[in-house]
Amino acid sequence: MLEIKNLHASVDGKEILKGINLKVNAGEVHAIMGPNGSGKSTLAEVIAGQEEFEVGEGSILLEGEDLEELSPEERAHKGVFLSFQYPVEIPGVSVTNFMKTAINESRKAQGLEDMPANEMLKKIREKSEMLEIDRKFLSRSLNEGFSGGEKKRNEIFQMAMMEPKLAILDETDSGLDIDALRIVSNGVNKLRSKDNAIIVITHYQRLLEYIVPDFVHVLYNGKIVKSGTKELALELEEKGYDWLKEEAAV
Amino acid sequence: MAYTEEELKKELETKEYEYGFYTDIESDTFPKGLNEDIVIAISKKKEEPDWMTKWRLEAFRAWKEMEEPEWANVKYQKPDFQNISYYSAPNKKPKYDSLDEVDPELLDTFKKLGISVDEQKKLAGVAVDIVMDSVSVATTFKKTLAEKGIIFCSISEAIKEHPELVKKYLGTVVPQRDNFYAALNSAVFSDGSFCYIPKGVRCPMELSTYFRINQAGTGQFERTLVIAEEGSYVSYLEGCTAPMRDENQLHAAVVELIALDNAEIKYSTVQNWFPGNKEGKGGVYNFVTKRGLCEKHAKISWTQVETGSAVTWKYPSCILKGDYSIGEFYSIAVTNNFQQADTGTKMVHLGKNTKSTIISKGISAGQSQNSYRGLVQVNSRAENARNFSQCDSLLMGNRCGAHTFPYIEVKNKSAQIEHEATTSKIGEDQIFYCNQRGIDTEKAIALIVNGFSKEVLNKLPMEFAVEAQKLLEISLEGSVG
Repeated sequence: MLEIKNLHASVDGKEILKGINLKVNAGEVHAIMGPNGSGKSTLAEVIAGQEEFEVGEGSILLEGEDLEELSPEERAHKGVFLSFQYPVEIPGVSVTNFMKTAINESRKAQGLEDMPANEMLKKIREKSEMLEIDRKFLSRSLNEGFSGGEKKRNEIFQMAMMEPKLAILDETDSGLDIDALRIVSNGVNKLRSKDNAIIVITHYQRLLEYIVPDFVHVLYNGKIVKSGTKELALELEEKGYDWLKEEAAV
Repeated sequence: MAYTEEELKKELETKEYEYGFYTDIESDTFPKGLNEDIVIAISKKKEEPDWMTKWRLEAFRAWKEMEEPEWANVKYQKPDFQNISYYSAPNKKPKYDSLDEVDPELLDTFKKLGISVDEQKKLAGVAVDIVMDSVSVATTFKKTLAEKGIIFCSISEAIKEHPELVKKYLGTVVPQRDNFYAALNSAVFSDGSFCYIPKGVRCPMELSTYFRINQAGTGQFERTLVIAEEGSYVSYLEGCTAPMRDENQLHAAVVELIALDNAEIKYSTVQNWFPGNKEGKGGVYNFVTKRGLCEKHAKISWTQVETGSAVTWKYPSCILKGDYSIGEFYSIAVTNNFQQADTGTKMVHLGKNTKSTIISKGISAGQSQNSYRGLVQVNSRAENARNFSQCDSLLMGNRCGAHTFPYIEVKNKSAQIEHEATTSKIGEDQIFYCNQRGIDTEKAIALIVNGFSKEVLNKLPMEFAVEAQKLLEISLEGSVG
């Protein structure tokens, strides 16, 4: 599904990613952990095509296709989805209208007609029920006045609507209370399939109790310094990151 | 055959002109310049009664003593008023024989707006088949209106056919000497629309552009008079979303609305005059005076979407004279490239328990300047007057400007006035967020701008709203990047 080779990326001349290698197969869930400032969000945004970052060496392949020349919207059309750590507000644009536009733009890129209204409504109903979202919520302006938890739940709702091949969840657990965490995680688990892949970025092992990863990677100072199975997350919870920093320094 | 200035002067100096001057003139366009003789000539050419000629002359005399206002936040080369021709007969001959001859860029815009082929022809000045749909639609419209006693015609026709109504109301809301441009308009107005809704009648349809483009061309000094008798209702749509390329650089229109007791007038405008090119060359100067008078329990709503013109100077206002009367102003003003807009409203509360609402949305892009200028005035006798104003500005890029000049004058302690203002910028993060969801940058901007303008777009009649939305997208095309 996704193959990242020796990826270097910098912003304003400062190198943040210093040679990332990562392979994610269809059907897998990978967790990326690491201390603040290690480059986790940068990695997510570089995959999504944020132009603020300059990609030096390396490549990102999605299903064998190099993404380098593709704009963020083209990557989205190919099935890349990013659940933002800080979702932005768009006043006056309802969640429903935003999703309708997003889905139809992707369909247009694939040479399809707009999704028929009844099909769209059915899908909205299904997915909002799955994430226990009140229908009234969907007519509110996108993220405007949403609580932290509502914003994150809305991101996962969008993921459910867009049905991406590769979803990157950037600290989706931050700002969620324990009930919301459970609902959101259940939603994500229902969206897992053998045909898609998910990358979960988090600080905490707690989320990984709900969304159980196949692999865990530790990102430190722009590099993946350790990879393992879900047990690695438990180890990190117990020991913190310092032992890894020392290991990486050697 | 065109008259030279000398020849015309000579003609005007002779006595005969009072009797048959206009029939002698074969030319469709008057010589440049403005004086009393020209004003008289316009009136004669239009076969107006004496009282109308006198009224125009009074206006002209007032105008001569006035100075062009300079308080607006716009910079432009003042027009040379002696270098303008003040009368040009409606162009009877089509400019082109088929659409193939029309500027493809213009046609492209028509297509984007979803304008029908027949309308495209009309707008571009192409000869139109007599069987075109809208003609028959218009005929049906006219019949329905006549059955209800509604008068909807050109102001010239109204002066001739309904002089008692015109005489009674013309200039009662915007007096001849109201301001420099209104005085000029009063002296030389070429044509415009007249609408009269009888007592208790609810106009069964939007009096719309679709209808209007089948009327004769109205020219650069347009005059509109709408009278809603007691308990009547009318929704009036003015303008056109299609880009109007006009040779005339100066436009000075006057619109007067009269809403008698319990009447309601909804007046919606979409203005898309040529804004000049990307370097800021050319473009229309639009100096408009629009005002409505509300008697008891009457209501006037102005809704406007302004995307065109190089310079816009426009303040649709309400005089809330009657107790319990209501004034509303909903506006979207878009400026791009080098456009300048100074627009807003005046709400003058005279009656008791009067209410006004102002929602203004300014969108600036390119190197444009967009100003909101509003006055809320509560007079000493206006007990319990209420006003709510909201002025939001949206900036795109770093080279444009948004300005807000709210004036509040309150002379009655029971008044409640609220004013809210915000300024925001379309953020890179908003664009990236949309991009990430598969929405390209142009579409993302359209989405954000439509969201920003939603409260005002919602006030437009359905069909108009859809067109206006498309127009916003087109106006801002290529404004980021």
